[in-house]
This record gives sequence, structure tokens and C-alpha cells, in this order.
Amino acid sequence: MLAFILRRLAQALFVIAAMLVIVFFGVNVVGDPIYMLISPEMDQQQIAETARALGLDRPIWEQFLVFLKNAAQGDLGRSFVHGESAIKLILHRMPATLELAFVALVLAIVIGLPLGLYAGLKPESRLSRFIMAVSILGFSLPTFWVGLMLILTFAVGLGWLPATGRGPTVSILGLETSLLSLKGWQHVALPALNLALLKISLVIRLARAGAREAALMDYVKFARAKGLSQSRIIGVHILKNIMIPIVTVLGLEFGSLVAFSVVTETIFAWPGMGRLLLEAITRLDRPVIVAYVMVVVVLFVTINLLVDLVYSALDPRVRLTEATS
Amino acid sequence: MKTFSANGLKALKLAILAAPVMTIASLASAQELKIGLSAELSSLDPHYHNLTPNNMLARHIYEPLVGQDEKQALKPLLAESWKAIDDTTWEFKLRKNVKFHDGTPFTADDVIATMQRAPNVPKSPSSFSAYVRGKEFTKVDDFTVRVKTATPAPLVPTDLSTFGIIPAKCKDTTTEDFNLGKCTTGGTGAYKQAEYVAGDRVVLTPNESYWGGKEPWSKVTFRMITSAPTRVAALLAGDLDVIENVPTSDVARLKGDAKLSVASTVSNRVIYFHMDHFREVSPFIKGKDGSEIKNPLRNLKVRQALSMAINRPGIVDRIMEKEAIPAGQLLPDGFFGTSKKLKPVAFDLNGAKKLLAEAGYPNGFKMKLHGPTNRYLNDTKIIEAVAQMFSRLGIETEVETLPSANFFTRASQGGQGNVPEFSFILVGWGAGTGESSDSLKALLATFDPAKGMGATNRGRYSNPTFDAKVDEALRTVDDAKRDAALAEAMEISMNDVGLIPTHYQLNTWASRKGVKVLARTDEYTLATGIRKD
Repeated sequence: MLAFILRRLAQALFVIAAMLVIVFFGVNVVGDPIYMLISPEMDQQQIAETARALGLDRPIWEQFLVFLKNAAQGDLGRSFVHGESAIKLILHRMPATLELAFVALVLAIVIGLPLGLYAGLKPESRLSRFIMAVSILGFSLPTFWVGLMLILTFAVGLGWLPATGRGPTVSILGLETSLLSLKGWQHVALPALNLALLKISLVIRLARAGAREAALMDYVKFARAKGLSQSRIIGVHILKNIMIPIVTVLGLEFGSLVAFSVVTETIFAWPGMGRLLLEAITRLDRPVIVAYVMVVVVLFVTINLLVDLVYSALDPRVRLTEATS
Repeated sequence: MKTFSANGLKALKLAILAAPVMTIASLASAQELKIGLSAELSSLDPHYHNLTPNNMLARHIYEPLVGQDEKQALKPLLAESWKAIDDTTWEFKLRKNVKFHDGTPFTADDVIATMQRAPNVPKSPSSFSAYVRGKEFTKVDDFTVRVKTATPAPLVPTDLSTFGIIPAKCKDTTTEDFNLGKCTTGGTGAYKQAEYVAGDRVVLTPNESYWGGKEPWSKVTFRMITSAPTRVAALLAGDLDVIENVPTSDVARLKGDAKLSVASTVSNRVIYFHMDHFREVSPFIKGKDGSEIKNPLRNLKVRQALSMAINRPGIVDRIMEKEAIPAGQLLPDGFFGTSKKLKPVAFDLNGAKKLLAEAGYPNGFKMKLHGPTNRYLNDTKIIEAVAQMFSRLGIETEVETLPSANFFTRASQGGQGNVPEFSFILVGWGAGTGESSDSLKALLATFDPAKGMGATNRGRYSNPTFDAKVDEALRTVDDAKRDAALAEAMEISMNDVGLIPTHYQLNTWASRKGVKVLARTDEYTLATGIRKD
């Protein structure tokens, strides 16, 4: 197990280093941030002064060396726009995004799993067909459109929920959360649902496919023959076996929920890191873009690792192969 | 992104039509004001970043010496009066009995401290140094400050209207500490900083002892909502009382809503086309057969023909949905330094064809137009429409739009030897100072880094007669004479078609009934200009 983790860590470090180089040079060919930052009324002298202050007057390889030197000390640079540490800015906005992604993930499981199971166990019923049809919509409707529709229906039309923003936050163990108040839940409901829509459909499809396959397996027949109750067969034997692919996929999907909730955060004015990224891209705030990608890479690598560990906990065969290899 | 916002708006419209019963939730407290901003600010430090949302927010807390009214005419603020003693000396008389938020009295020392800090904020992405550069500030007594310049500087009061005065105690406060509200002395403004969540909101509370009288709001929350359809939806849902920058396609709908009111005024922002004046052969212009030809844009008749071929009322009516005004110069009529003689060039396709033939291009040529996406209202649609208008003139046009980040770099220095890359571009310009000298100096004066002229002259237009006039205006302290000189410079450049203005945008705000917004030309949304009806 230890060798396994060490090997994964070495791979991760390589991926991070490669991404660092690609992203740094990638964002540097896009354009000159000076024209995005400086007030258009400023003259050439001012433009030159600002370029000097931000280190943009130096050749690209020199900027890269400075960046590497700072990165080695854990400093990924200061935001051109905000003047603060890019990592700090991202970490500051991360709790809001994590919260949103977490609620979306829970929604995906709570809604998707039972529906998918039902559709898998009773594939011919009318309700199952309806569920599958709706899940196709979940896949194909664009997020921003669904988001606007949710706002117009529940906030503008019915007036049940607030249209935008995050509820009041409280700090627990240093982590800011808005999930401890009713108001917080009212605010998170629509954006989380919007973000979860695609994942719900995904879980429905996975659970259905898994359940259909598992229902025909010998161990299910055996359990039936033993006279086990229907709920035990579904709840323990089938569910546990179909969970493996679902956990794998959802683990990775959680990463993408956190990293790419840009559209949902923008539509719902959710103060998370997705909006920060969008803002950084439009204003060419290079340090923030680079730091963001780095955070995302680390996040994915970590999640992958965790998924592997959970996977081995769920499926004893994985543990056995690791032990013998 | 283009389809994102366009479809979003369409979706919004559809859904609004489909929801006949709209409920405007009643507000928790009538005293509280919630405003939806369209852009994010980068800091609450008033001297860190010369950026519209920053300056606008800072205006509530830290007041400048000189104010700008809703039409950007200068008005007394922390300076009660000012006058030029001679061509190179200005004297400012400060307002007495003004106190900072914690009760510290405001004096000339605070002005001097501000002038030391404003140009020197570390890591500033766009500093205020240009407004302080070349000026020597001296305290005469507690309520008199003199400004000495090396050369005649008529724009000193205008320059000093761009940034706020901070208390001397906070002159070493860092930008981060300003964001955290650690400058506890505060400013002299009508509002105090209560909360700042970067990228989300700014909360202000009224200054009970404001010298100009107490504000009617118990609390003002500015929420940053960059997605336009969301901003509109949040107003309709009653989450917000006021929104700025209403998308043009929603204005008519909101005007028709009995529960809302809409306020608008002409903006200081002109949308115009800049063209290649400096290359013998322009990279994006070819003959009809694809051969290389001499740059036709250097011919006045061609430029006049292009300007005449643009149907400005058509653009305003159809694309801008009447939320714009046809433009004949760089600032709308009535602004300081504009000409009374210049009118928008009338649409005349036959006249344009004749001019083009006279210039030696009876069959036209091929040209590629460039423009940014999502930078100005309906920018892509405008450039596509103009391309079609040019096609009717016989010029085969192609359009390429680029993301702003890419476009402005290439448009400014993308060509060989760091010169502007494109032949014909759509751009916009907002005159932050509210008069025309900045526009003329930056957009049309001969490009000269040493003199700071023509910094945004992306067509490298150069006309010695015009340069001399601008130079004269920039040295004339007398307002009436300067106004006349600027107007003359404007006429010279517009008659020479240095660039082609198309329209001025309108700035539009929407609010729930009972809340009245004072529309401003500078796009500022100021709580001090929002009142209960």
C-alpha cells in the first residue's frame, strides 16, 4: 500500500511540474495584460511604468525563472488585478465553491440513485421510461439556460427562493459555511440543483445499467433462493456492487464540479472560485489563472488517489492484487 | 461566450413573456438599498487601481477635492473653490468643518499626504501617477493648498477630481489593509465602509455627521453580478432595488413594467472605427483580385465615403434598440471642448459611391474589419452591420472578432515592430474627465511616447495642424479659450476623418418603483444619487 501511494505521489509531482510549464507559457501567448489593466486614458509613460511594476517588461524566460523561484517557496505570484497572493485569493473563495459542489453531489446521489435503481429493476415500466427520457434532457440542456429558467421560475415567477448570491456565512473550525441557516439553504438550492442536473442524469444512467446487470447475477438469484427480503437484496447485495463504478465516476465528477462550476457561479452570482477564474481570464490576470490551474491539478490528483483508496475498501479484490504485486 | 449571453437574453425575454404574473417581493426594510453592479472592483483602496468600479465605490467613502456632477461638470467638493493665480499656479480653498468618519478634522495636511500616496501605491495595475506627475503641492495654511506646475496646466482641477482624499494617518496603510477596513479614520464621504467581500459585495453604512447632510439609506449593499440576464432577474425577483447597465434588449420590456422605472442618459462613451493611416500597404486590405494595393485609407475621399456609407440611425434603431445616439464627434454635444458645428455624417450611399470612384476605386477593394467581443454593447452585431453597409458600397468585407484580451494587444502593438496590427477596427472610448482634451490627445494626436501623445492612436493618424491646435488647448488656462481651441481641433480631425464615430451609448439604470436613480454620463452608480421617490 505504501509503495502504491509513493508511486502515485511521484506521478502526481510530474504531472504538476508539466502543467506548470504548459500553463505558464500558455497564458503568456494570449495577450498583454497591460491593456486589460490600465485605464485607457493613460499615456505611454504610464504604460511602461505599470509594465515595470508588474514585471511584464522582462523577457518571458526571465519571468518564468522568477516565477519558478517563488513557486519553489510556495508563492505562485500576486494577482495583477487584486495585488494579493493568487493562492490566497483562490483559497479564500474555495469554501463557497466546495459548499456548492458538495450540495450538488449530495443531490446527485439522493435523487439519482433511487431513480436509477428503480429504472434498472423495473426497466419496462412507464415511470422508468419517463425517468430515462428526463435524464436525456439533463444531459443535453445547456447549464446557463437551465440556470436562467430556474431563476425565472422559482425566484421571479413564484418568488419562493432568492435569485442570486450566497446566504450569510458562519465560521466553523476555520471553514466558512452558509449551510447552517435556512437562508443559506434557500440561496444554495437553485445553483446546486443547476450544477447537479447533469450529475443526476449521470448517476441515473450508471445506477440503471449497474442494477440491470446485477439483477441477473447468480449471487442475486442465490439470495432470492435463500429467501432474503427484497429490500435486503436491493439495499445490500445489489447496491454495494453497483456502487463501485458510481463512486469512481462521482469522485472525478466532484473534481470537475469544483473546478468548472464557472457558468453556474456566474449565472447565480455565487462568490466562488469559478467566477474568480472567469474574471481572471477576461482581465488576463496571469498569476491567478496559473494558480487556479495548479490548484485544480492538485485537486484532481488528490481525488484520484482518494478514489483509489475508497475503491479498494469497497472491492476486496483490489486490495488483494495490490498486496500480491 | 457570445452565444452564452445572446441566448441567455433570448431565454430571459421568452420566459418573461411566459410569466404574466410577476411578483416583486416586498423589501425587508425600506431603508436598505441593494444595488446590482455589472463589473467587479479590484480593491477598496482609493489609489490602487484607476478603474471605473473602483473609483465609483471609493467616491462614497473618500471624496476628491473637486467633484463631477451628473454631466461631469466640475463642482466644489472638499475644495470650496479654486482659481488659477497665474498660468502655472492653482490655489485651492478647502472646505472647513469637514470631519473624517472617526471625527478627525480634515485639513491641508491630508491633501498633501494623499498627493504623496496616490502616485506611489506598490503593484498598482493602473496608478493615478499621471494625475499627480509634474505638480508640486504646498500647504499655505490649514485650508489653502497651492499647486505649482512647470508648464501651464489648465487641467489641474480636472486631474484632482479623479481620486479621493485619505486622512494623513492612513498614508502608509497598505492596499490589503484598506480592503480589510483598517484605515479606521475613514474618509470624509457620505458613507462608511462596513463590509467588503471581494468579488461578491460591498456594504456601506451612512456617515451620520456628513457635512453635506445625512443620507436616507440605513445601509447600502453593492452586489457584483456580472451576468446581465441575472442582474435583470434579480431586480424582477426583488433581490435588488437598482441595477446598472441594463442590456439594450431588455430596456423596452422593463420600461413597460409598472413596478419598475428606468433612468438613462447619454454616455461619455463613443463607439468609433479607427483605421490604418500610416502604412503604405495595409495588411488587411487587398485589391478585388486579391493583389496587394496601396493603402486606400490614406485617401481622404475614401475615408469620407466609408463614413457616409454607415447608416448611423439604422444602427441606433435596429441594433442598439434606440439605446444610443448617432455620433458626429468624440463626445456628445454640450460637453466641454466639443464643436457646435459637427453633426453626425448623413447616410448617403450614392454620394459615397461617387466619392469612392473619384478616389480611384470605382470597383472598391477587399477589407477585413476587426473588433472585440463583449467589450461594448452589441459590439459584434455593430461590426457585422457595418461590414454589410460597406459591401453595398462595393467594398468586399470580412469580419473577425476577438476576445478583448487578445484584441487590444494586437490592435495596439500586434504588428511588426510593435505597431498596431489591424487595418480597420471597432473600438470605444469613454472620456473619464468629461471633456474632450483627453480624447483628442490619446486617440488622434501624433503617436509620441516622449510627449505622452497619441497613446491610444491605433490608426497612427498624424496631422500637424491638428497637433498644434491640441497643444495650444493644453496650454490655455482660460476656460472659454480652451473650449474654443478644443472645438476647433475636433473640427479639424473630424473633417479630415481621422476616425469614424458611429454612436454614443446610453447609460441605463433600472430600479423598482419608488426608488429614483440620477443617471450619470460617466457610468457611475452612486448611492448619493439614488433617492426615494
